[in-house]
Amino acid sequence: METINEIEQSKELQYIQAKREQSFLRKLLRNRFAALGLVIIFILIITAIFAPWIATHSPNAMDVSKSLLSPGQQGHLLGTDSYGRDTFSRIVYGSRISLIVGVSAVLFGAIFGSLLGLISGYVGGRTDSIIMRMVDGMMAFPFILLAIVLMTVLGQGLVNVVIAIGVSNIPGFARVFRGQVLSVKEAEYIEVTRSLGAKHGRILFKHIVPNSIAPLIVYATMSIAGAIISEASLSFLGLGIEPPTASWGSMLQEGKDFLVLSPQLATISGLAILFTVLGINLFGDGLRDALDPKMKV
Amino acid sequence: MSEPLLKIDNLHVEFKTGSIITRAVNGVTFELNKQENIGIVGESGSGKSVTATSILQLIPSPPAKIANGAIYFKGKNLLELSTKEIRKIRGNEISMIFQDPSTSLNPVFTVGNQLIETIRAHKKVSKKHAKQKAISLLDLVGIPAPDKRIDMYPHEFSGGMRQRVMIAIALACDPKVLIADEPTTALDVTVQAQILNLMKELQEKLAMSIIMITHDLGVVWETCDKLLVMYAGRVVESASVKDLYQQPLHPYTWGLLDSQISEEQNSSEPLASIPGSPPDLSYEIKGCPFVERCPYAQEICYQKTPQLNETTPGHAVACHFQTSEHQLERKERGYSDGDTT
Amino acid sequence: MKKFLIKRIFQLIPTLFIVAVIVFFITRMLPGDPAAVMLGPQASAEDVAAYSERLGLNDPLHQQFFDYLVNLTRFDFGNSLNYNQPVADLIMERFPNTIILAVSALILAILIGVPAGILAAKKQNTFIDYIVTTLSLVGVSMPIFWLGVMLVLLFSVNLGWLPSTGMGSINEGLWPFLRHLILPSLALATIPMAEFARVIRSSMLETLSNDYIKAARSKGLKETIVIYKHALKNALTPLLTVMGLQFSKLLGGAVLTETIFSWPGMGLLIVNAIDRRDFVVVQGSVIFVAIIYVVINLIVDILYKVVNPKINLDDPHGGGN
Repeated sequence: METINEIEQSKELQYIQAKREQSFLRKLLRNRFAALGLVIIFILIITAIFAPWIATHSPNAMDVSKSLLSPGQQGHLLGTDSYGRDTFSRIVYGSRISLIVGVSAVLFGAIFGSLLGLISGYVGGRTDSIIMRMVDGMMAFPFILLAIVLMTVLGQGLVNVVIAIGVSNIPGFARVFRGQVLSVKEAEYIEVTRSLGAKHGRILFKHIVPNSIAPLIVYATMSIAGAIISEASLSFLGLGIEPPTASWGSMLQEGKDFLVLSPQLATISGLAILFTVLGINLFGDGLRDALDPKMKV
Repeated sequence: MSEPLLKIDNLHVEFKTGSIITRAVNGVTFELNKQENIGIVGESGSGKSVTATSILQLIPSPPAKIANGAIYFKGKNLLELSTKEIRKIRGNEISMIFQDPSTSLNPVFTVGNQLIETIRAHKKVSKKHAKQKAISLLDLVGIPAPDKRIDMYPHEFSGGMRQRVMIAIALACDPKVLIADEPTTALDVTVQAQILNLMKELQEKLAMSIIMITHDLGVVWETCDKLLVMYAGRVVESASVKDLYQQPLHPYTWGLLDSQISEEQNSSEPLASIPGSPPDLSYEIKGCPFVERCPYAQEICYQKTPQLNETTPGHAVACHFQTSEHQLERKERGYSDGDTT
Repeated sequence: MKKFLIKRIFQLIPTLFIVAVIVFFITRMLPGDPAAVMLGPQASAEDVAAYSERLGLNDPLHQQFFDYLVNLTRFDFGNSLNYNQPVADLIMERFPNTIILAVSALILAILIGVPAGILAAKKQNTFIDYIVTTLSLVGVSMPIFWLGVMLVLLFSVNLGWLPSTGMGSINEGLWPFLRHLILPSLALATIPMAEFARVIRSSMLETLSNDYIKAARSKGLKETIVIYKHALKNALTPLLTVMGLQFSKLLGGAVLTETIFSWPGMGLLIVNAIDRRDFVVVQGSVIFVAIIYVVINLIVDILYKVVNPKINLDDPHGGGN
C-alpha cells in the first residue's frame, strides 16, 4: 500500500516538474524581449565560433599604407585602424574575448563564491561570521577598482583578466548563494530529511543545491553582462587584454584618439559591447521573470 | 415618500481583458433612503462589490467600464461628474470602508496622518484643529487613549482596532452614506460583533445611511433594514429584512439561508451547500442565470430571463414561479447535503 | 534605533580591518621595487636601498603592517612617492572633485530617472511606458566609457558646444564650472538613471495595486497626493536600496569617467598612481574609497528605518546587509 502511494507520489512530482518546466519555457519564449536577447546571444556565439570564416581579413595583419580607411574603402567593410588592421575582422574576433572572459570569469567567481556561500550558510555560526565579514570586506571596494588593482598586480593578459574579474565576482556569488542556502535550509522538507537521519553531504547536494540553482543562474547571467563590461573597461584603461589581440575595449581606446578622422572605430566597438550586454540583460530579465517574478537578485 | 438619498438605476459594469468582456454587473437598480441601512448579499463574483465600488467610481478603469446606467446622489448623476467633483463626494458625503483593514491603511503613515489628511482634503481647517477632530473621532469609534494612539503606525494596532480606525477615517467628514465592503470578513469572530454594533450605534448617532456588502447573512440581520440578494450581476430578490427572513422567495435565497449557521441548527445536522457554481459572465446568459443550479428549474427558465417583480409591496423577486398568482412550494432542504464546514 | 546604530557601527570594525589587510597585501604585491621605480633607472643601488629604508620597506612585513594600521587610525596615509606630499592632502584635494561629479550624476539620475519611472507606471502599457522601458534597458547595458567617448564626439568634436576634458573652477563663474561638469556627469548618470527608472516603475506598479491606494482614493484625496504621497513613499524602499548600491557604483564608475574626461578626482588619482607605481597613494586612496563606500551603506541602512517604520532593525534578520 505504501509503495503504491510512493509511486503515485513520485509520478505526481514528475508531472508537476514537467509542467513547471513546460510553463517556464513557454513563459521565457513568449517574452519578446527575452527572445530578442536570446537571438543576440546566439549571434554572438556563432560569431565567436566561426570567427575565421566570418572575418574578411586577418585581425592582426598590419598595413600602414592602408591606415585609417573609411568604411567600404578598398574592401574594408568597416574601414581600418591606425595600423591598417581591418576593423570588421577585429570586431568579429573581439567577440571571442568578450565571450571567453564573460563566461570564464563568472564561472570562476561562481565556483569559489558559491562554495564560500554554501559553507557559510550551511555551517553557520562562527564560520559564517568570519566568511561574511571577509565578503563584506571585499564588497567594500567598488567592483572595477578591485579589478583594476588586481590587474596591476597580475599584469596584462587573458588569464589574468579572467582571474581579476573572477575574484571581484566572488563576494556577490557568496552572498546570493548563502541567502539561498539559508532560505532552503529553513524549509520544512529539509527538517524532515534531517530528522530521517540523512547525512550532511546528501542534504547539501540532493536538496539544498538543486533548490538554490535557479536564482544562481539568473545572477550568473546578469554577472556575465557585468564581466564583459569589466573586461572592456580594463582593456580600455590599458590594463586588460594584451595588444595586439583584438578586444572591443582596447579597440575603443585606440579609436578614442581618432575621433575626428575615423569616428567609426570608437563607435562600432562600443556598439558591439552595448548590444552584447543588452542581449544578455534582456535574456536575464526574461529568465528571472519566467523562473519567479518575485525573485530579487 | 420623499426623494431617495441615493438611487442606482440600471447599472451595468463590464470588465474587458483582451477580447473577453465580463459583464460583472447587469442592470442593478435600488434606492437608499435617509438613515436607511441596505444589505447586499451574494457569493463572491455576484457583482456586489463591483456595484459598491462603482458608486464612487473606484473600480480601476481600464479594465472596468460602467457601460450603462446612472447613479443619482441628491438628484445629481455621479457618473456625469468631473473627477474634481466626484473627489469632493468621496470621503466627504459618501465614504467607504474595506474588507481588510490591515491592507487598507497605508503602513508608512501614522493613523493620525491618514485621518488628518482626509479632514483637510474636504474642510478648510488648521492642522491643529484637524488633529483635535481626529482625536475625537478615534474616541468616537472606541479607541482607548486616542491622544497617544494617534501618532502610532497601523502595524501597532490589532485587526479590530484597525477597522475602527478605518471607520473613524470614513466618518471624518460626517458622510451621508457609508459603504461597507465586507467590513468584518477579515476579522476574528469575537471582534466582528463589536464592529457591527459600533457601526449600528454610529449610524443612529450620526444619522447616516449604510450600504453593507457581505456574503454572510448573519451580518445583515442585526444591522440592516432592507436586503438585496445578488446573483450573477443581478438583483434576484429584494425585501425588508423581516420579510426576507420570514418569507424568502427566490430559490437562490433559500439556498443561501440553508447554508448559514442558524441558532436553532442542530449541530449534528450538516450544513447544506448550493451545488454547482455561478455562470461564466463572459458569455451571454440566456434564460435565468440560476437555472443550472436550481432544483425547481422548468423549461421556461432556460428560455426566458425572469424580471424583478414585486409580489407584495416592498418585496420583489426575479423568478418565473414566484408571482402574485403563482407560488413555488419551498421544499424542506431542497439541496443535497453538503460538507460540514 | 540606538541599539541598531551601535551594532552596525561595531560591525564596521572587522569589515574595515579586512579592507586594510586586503589593500596592504595587494599593494605589496605590486610588481617592481617601488623605490627603484621612483628613483628611475639611473639611480645607484645604494640610493635605492637608502630610499627603501626611508620608506620602511626593509622592515619585516608584520612590522610594516602594524605601523600602517597605527597610522591609519590617525588618518595618516603616508607620503606620496610621486607628488612628495601627504596622501591625506592629495585625497582631500581630489575627493571633493569626485564627490561633485558623483553627486551631480546622482542628482541628474534621480531628477530624470525617478519621474520617468513614475510616469511609465502611471501610463502602464502605453507608448510612453514602452519608450521609458526600452531606454532604461539600453541604459543599464551602457558601457559608460563608450558613452563618454560618444558624448565627446558629439558635443565637443562635432558641435563644439562643451569642453571634452578638465574641470572648471567655480571661481571663474558658474557657467565655466557647469560647462565642464555636464558631459562627465551625464555619462556617469546614465546607468543609475536607467536603474532608478526600472526600479521605481516596477515598485510603483506593485504599490498602486495595494488596497490602501484604493482606500486613499475613496477618501477623496487628490490623485497627485495618492501617487506622490501614498504610493511613492511605499515605492521608495526598493529605490533606496538601489540608490545606495548605485552611489557606491558611481565611485567605481567615476574611475572610468574621470579618465575619459581628465576630471581631477580620486579615480584619476588612482589610475595615475598605478601608472607610476606610487603604491602609497594607491593604498591610501583605495582604503579611503572603501571607507566611504562602507559609510554610505550604513547611511542607506539607517534611511531604511526612516522610510519604512515596519522594518525592525534590531532584529538580526530584519535590517542590515
